[in-house]
Amino acid sequence: MSSTSVAGPATATAERPVFAEETLARVRARRRRAAGAAARTAIQAVLIVVWCLLPFYWMIVTAFRDPQYTYDPTPWPTHVTLGNFASAFDTSYGNYLGRALGNSFFICVVVTVIALVLGISGSYALARLDFPGKGLVMGFILGASMFPGVAILTPLFGLFSQLHWSGQYQALIIPYIAGALPLTVYTLNSFFREMPWELEEAARIDGCTSAQAFRIVILPLAAPAVFTTAILAFIASWNEYLLASVLSSDQTQTVTVAIANFAGTTPHVEPYTIIMAAGVVVTIPLIILVLIFQRRIVAGLTAGGVKG
Amino acid sequence: MTSSVVQAPAPLPPSRAGRESAEANRRRITRVALYLLAPTIVAMAIVVAYPIVISIINSFQSDFSGIDPKTGLFQQGGFVGLENYTNWLLQQCQSGGKTVSCPAGTNESQFYDSVFATFLFTVVTVALETAFGMWMALIMNRSFRGRGILRAAVLVPWAIPTAVTAKLWYFIFATNGVLNTVLGLHTLWTADLWASRWAIIIADTWKTTPFMALLILAGLQLIPEDVYEAARMDGASTAQQFVRITLPLLKPALVVAILFRTLDALRMYDLPAILTQGGGGGGDATTTLSILVVRELRSHIDSASALSTITFIIIFAVAFIFIRLLGANITGSEKKARKVAKEL
Repeated sequence: MSSTSVAGPATATAERPVFAEETLARVRARRRRAAGAAARTAIQAVLIVVWCLLPFYWMIVTAFRDPQYTYDPTPWPTHVTLGNFASAFDTSYGNYLGRALGNSFFICVVVTVIALVLGISGSYALARLDFPGKGLVMGFILGASMFPGVAILTPLFGLFSQLHWSGQYQALIIPYIAGALPLTVYTLNSFFREMPWELEEAARIDGCTSAQAFRIVILPLAAPAVFTTAILAFIASWNEYLLASVLSSDQTQTVTVAIANFAGTTPHVEPYTIIMAAGVVVTIPLIILVLIFQRRIVAGLTAGGVKG
Repeated sequence: MTSSVVQAPAPLPPSRAGRESAEANRRRITRVALYLLAPTIVAMAIVVAYPIVISIINSFQSDFSGIDPKTGLFQQGGFVGLENYTNWLLQQCQSGGKTVSCPAGTNESQFYDSVFATFLFTVVTVALETAFGMWMALIMNRSFRGRGILRAAVLVPWAIPTAVTAKLWYFIFATNGVLNTVLGLHTLWTADLWASRWAIIIADTWKTTPFMALLILAGLQLIPEDVYEAARMDGASTAQQFVRITLPLLKPALVVAILFRTLDALRMYDLPAILTQGGGGGGDATTTLSILVVRELRSHIDSASALSTITFIIIFAVAFIFIRLLGANITGSEKKARKVAKEL
């Protein structure tokens, strides 16, 4: 094939048209292949988007559908009503979605703030300083983030019963910290490892004290990492179900428990459309949060795992 | 060129003062680190270590307090050694002061069923999530118009709370639900032995594959493009590039992702607890170890402590074997931090 192009100068003029034609054919073939590859990529991308969004789409369609048409398989919105959302917040059947939203929000904000306050200094030390026993501390924190929730649920259930704490906010906040704090330290640690610490040194050389260097130079740089970690800790706490299902009462019920225990007007008949409406209410704030801070969340989620 | 002119300073003999100040510096750093870490360590000790220690102590105590039929005296639980553990592992129950094989329907009789269900879910979901996650990541790693939409869409299943996911799939899997209607089936997705297991596996795969895909994608993005260019120059096919370049270079990220997912799947609770209530088949087809612990917790807390300790040990054993066999580097590069610290 390529023998034509390396032919001697004497025959070059005679062979030029052949050479040009062949190159052209090759370019065209390459373009065709590229177009084919692009089409294949596009088809697969559409498949993934549909697979990820279809169940969520079905939840939204059902949430807006009249309960009489619960099992209507029409793929687009029909018999549209807002009644399910009103029913979802109706407290007459023992569903307290409004209160559960308040509880979840309160508990998750408190847990996130506590985890950040405790975790920032700890993860700074782990990322920045070298000291004996560091591997041990890191191993302990990693181990804690992998233990099963039931391992602390069992003793706390007994302990909180004795203290008469069951059904109070601290009975959820304390075990939630056990989940949020390792996540916070782990994520912040991997963010902090990537920070340009030379700048802190430069500030020190320019006459800042350690504390000043941290406050003026490092903190503004670390703010996005802290913010991302806060979102991840908040979402993780918001989605928690195991601890809440055992340690909460009607008064402190979180949204996940409210959704799981949702009761309808008739016993043994699942009020699917109303549950889907409640599900949309619980999920939409997270989806908005995730879409706005998409890049940061992906960075935070993957920061720990892959940089090693 | 000018370096030849500049005379390198003669290395100073290590002075006593220098060594002492280095030592003092090291001690100062350790002290500062200790202060900074203290809040985290104290909090973790209170919310994690203390409960686990109590749990282990409880697991050696008896749940049964009351009037002893033989002596007629009140008996307060007390130390029973490994009895709670052997009750689970040998599926024994105490009945009238005697040890008998547990009748069907008791939590103890479901122990090995739930071990099986837990490992089944773990192996199948992690395998499916790794395969689909790899596929998604490879697509997301290509550049094309609308890639932003793809990356946003992938985050949706991840962001939905598992409790909501469970209810959503409960509705999809309903007997008159959309899945049976569209496929023309009459499957009892929450009651049949294997249908209920597959319902959990499908819902979990939907929910968690995006997380896997993002971890793998982050690993893919660390592979430099020129490696592929060089391979193409050498005439490597797409398949060869994947097997010879992508997989080996992706291995560290992949191992960590699979380890995280495995440990997470071993403690699965929310999805089967809500979607099938652990039921299906004879009544415990989708009962995971975590579900069994919560069930036992309501009546026998010391026995539940033993079971949660067993669960704990299983998870740590899997993690240990995993790290030993595949050499997962979960704590990341300590070298960089060490280097920075030296410069401090």
